[in-house]
This record gives sequence, structure tokens and C-alpha cells, in this order.
Amino acid sequence: MTDPTLDELCVVACAEAWRGDGELLASPIGVIPALGARLARATFAPDLLMTDGVATLVTPEGVAEGWMPYRSIFDLVWSGRRHVMMGAAQIDRFGNQNIASIGDPRRPKSQLLGMRGAPGNTINHPTSYWVPAHSLRTFVARCDVVSGLGYDRAAALGPAARFHQLRRVVSNLGVFDFETPDHSMRVRSLHPGVTAEAVQAATGFPLAIAPGADVPTTRAPTADELRLIREVLDPRGTRKAELK
Amino acid sequence: MKDKRITEADVIAELRDGMTIGIGGWGSRRKPMQLVRAILRSPLRDLTVVSYGGADVGLLCAAGKVKKVIYGFVSLDSIPLEPHFRAARQAGTVEVMELDEGMLQWGLYAAALRLPFLPTRAGLGSDIMTLNPELRTVASPYGDDTLLAMPALPLDVALVHMNRADAAGNTQFLGPDLYFDDLFCAAAKRRFVSCERIVETAELSAGGSVHTLKLSRLLVDGVVAAPGGAHFTSCEPDYPRDEAFQKEYATAAGDPARWAEFRTRWLECDAVEYGRRLGERGAEVHK
Repeated sequence: MTDPTLDELCVVACAEAWRGDGELLASPIGVIPALGARLARATFAPDLLMTDGVATLVTPEGVAEGWMPYRSIFDLVWSGRRHVMMGAAQIDRFGNQNIASIGDPRRPKSQLLGMRGAPGNTINHPTSYWVPAHSLRTFVARCDVVSGLGYDRAAALGPAARFHQLRRVVSNLGVFDFETPDHSMRVRSLHPGVTAEAVQAATGFPLAIAPGADVPTTRAPTADELRLIREVLDPRGTRKAELK
Repeated sequence: MKDKRITEADVIAELRDGMTIGIGGWGSRRKPMQLVRAILRSPLRDLTVVSYGGADVGLLCAAGKVKKVIYGFVSLDSIPLEPHFRAARQAGTVEVMELDEGMLQWGLYAAALRLPFLPTRAGLGSDIMTLNPELRTVASPYGDDTLLAMPALPLDVALVHMNRADAAGNTQFLGPDLYFDDLFCAAAKRRFVSCERIVETAELSAGGSVHTLKLSRLLVDGVVAAPGGAHFTSCEPDYPRDEAFQKEYATAAGDPARWAEFRTRWLECDAVEYGRRLGERGAEVHK
């Protein structure tokens, strides 16, 4: 089997976000996160639930195992039994995320999706992010408008935000988390060939990087994972387009 | 039972400038597009539109019908961003109340239950609070918790599209999701349903399980027979989204000349003519 490509590495990095979640709804937004969630379920997280993207919970074989219309999704969000991986037009040092609009939100330069479920997701259950184009435009000092809550805003809310939890940020350069004393973003691992300097230069705020220590390299897919991605989950290679 | 069958024109005659109108469906799914087009052709203006928005919101904004939009998102699903809504936002021509999707549900539910608000965590700490300074928090009377008090969103009128209905206003959704159509109706003073077919009451339960009869005549004032009335959005299982048409819509929106053509061909005719032109277009496409 040929060496893993960046998209395959990112699928595995996304899959890792759901490790240990047990029986909850995995809601990946985007092609690579969706492949990641399906890979996690096919390997180390077999109890995850997923929808067909419409309103049916389906098993890996595509068999319906439950009905999940939007109303039930919202109930599930507020009950905490879900882990979403969303996109981010902008994300900041404490994980505040913007998917709503760019520029002054009162009259945006560019209207995007709107708040969608980001405020409710982030305050109620685990959230991760997938950013396929890591740059100074996406990793910003300050979001133009905040849809999903970061750790600083959650801390300011006190007990009202006790269910807030950001797990991972996966980008085309590396994997990040918030496991620092002040919950600022930290490099968890760098993809092969990416240096700490390069990722810092593409990030609009100081990233926590352990001084002097070697930053881990994002783990490579196992042979079994590669086979699953290439032959079972995405034989047509739809994952490639998301990293162009 | 009262006969609630009415025409599209009867619905428009019930609407007034400045009303708050809730529109059912979700994104580009099961939207009452025929009724929306009828509003476009009317002199109505200054509407407040409440919606899990798609082309309904975009078209009404483009036609200058809208004063304010209350929404959680506006999207065409397979095309993530709604071009007309974006243009209206970027030109600053509409007021907005942008909410979390769950907050919108809660506002409709509060109105349906005649409550002034319902508590939730969704929205706390986000810029929804700073951009909508009228939103308040409430302290739990039972412990140490602060919650957002989502105000009721009462509607003057709700417009939704269903698969089937009977003449009395009992309605049926046969697709995968009712979305929040029952809440839109329950939150509204006047409720109008367009549907693919009006059938005998007995045909409803013959055509699907009793669970598909969620929106009953208790919450419906008028029923309009509108076959194809959700086009170009999806109305499963009667028809899927017309993706090619949606693409044409979204592309035309970015070009004034093409948009003028699109408008003339698709938005200035009545439902019968719309159906005829759609048939013609199908013949062209399949030639």
C-alpha cells in the first residue's frame, strides 16, 4: 500500500477526536470529519451513532436504527449526548469560532451561514473543529463575531457553561487542543514535514508549544485504517477535494 | 367539519404590510414556494420573516418585501450560502435577529405555549447576546444557574407546505422530517397550509402511519391545493430538490441581467403557468 497522503492523515486525526466517547451522536460537518467519524466507528469507537445526514440514524451497513429529526437533534444537543465537529471561518486562541459573517456583523462584508447551532452546541456538549486551510485568515487574534464559545467566554459565564468542552482542532498543518492551564490553544501534534515555526507563522496568535521539547508528529494511519479509508469508506476519493 | 379549502389569492388577501410571517420547512427543504412567489407578486411590504431560511428568505429580500429577518441560518443546503440574502445583508437593506437554531425553536415554542419566554443555555456567551441587546438572562429560582430567557416569537401568520391534507385542514408529512412546521403553526394567529394533494380524510391514514398526522386541523385555518408547490426545494417522497434549477437560481442571482430573465420567466407568472414552463424546461433538459 502506498504511503498515506495528507487527506488520509487528517481523516485519522479527525477520527481521534471521538476516541473514548462511547455511545453518543457523532456529528461531523464536512467530508474529512465525516470520514473520520466513520473510521472511528469502524475501529476504536464502535458505539458511536451517526445519521445519514437527513433524519435517520444508520448503522455502518446503512441499516436504519432510529429516527432523528431536527427536533430530536436539538433535544440531544441540550442533553449533552453529542460531539460535533464543525468548520470555522475564524477561530481564536481560546477556541472562539465564527461561522456567521466576516466584517462588522451589523453590516457584514461577507455574510456566511449565520449562527446555525454553534452557540447551543458549544455550551452544551463536546465540540471539535476542522479547518482545512490553516492561515492567518482563519486562525485569528479576534473573531469578527463569535458563534461558538471559546474557553475565555465560557469561564466568564461560570456555572452556566459547565458543559462547555473543546476537544480538538484539526487543520491541514496539525492537531491542536486546549489542555493548557489557561485553556489557550496548544499544538498537540504537527503533521509530518510541518515545523513549529511554519504553523506559528500561519497563526494569528501565540500558540502554546512546550519550549525545547520535541512536538509530537501526528500519528500515521495504520495499514488497516488506510485500507478502510481507501477501499471501504471513500473508494471514490471525495476526501481529496477538501484540501485543495 | 368546516371546509377550509381556499386559494392562494385568499391567503394573500389575509396578509398585511408589516406582518410577522413564519415560514416552515428547513433550508431548501419543503418550503411553501408557491405561496412565497404569490407574496412576491403582491404589493405587500415591510414584512418580518421568521424562518429556518432558504430561498424563501432570499427571494423575499431580493423583492424588497422584508423589513426584518429572524433566523438561525439561511442556506440552500447543497449550495451553502443564499446569494440574495447575502446581498441584502451586505448592502444593509434588512434588519436581522440572528439566533441559534435551538433558540428559534424555543421562541416559537414559547409563543405556542403562551409563555413570555423559555429558559435555555443556547446563546449565552455568544455574540447573539451583544447583537440583540433586548435579550435577557434569568436566574434559576432553584439553584445557582443563569439562563438565557428566549422571548416568545409570536407570529401573525404561518405558511407551511405539506404532502397531503384533507378539506378540514388535517395535514400529513410523508418525508423524513416535519422540521418545525407544527411549531410555526402553533405560534401563529392565522395558519395556512399548501399541499401536494387534498384527499379524503380516510386516505391520510391509508397513505402513512398515524405519526405522519402531526399537524391537525386544530392548528390550520386554510388549505391550498398546490401540486409542486415546494419546487425547487425538496418535498420527499413526492419529489426531490430540483438541484439543476436551484443552481440556475443561485447563478442567476449573481448577475443582474440573468436575474431579470429568471424573474420574468419564473417569478412573474401564476402557479399554473409556472408548472407549464417547468414542463417545457424538463422537455428541453431531457432532449
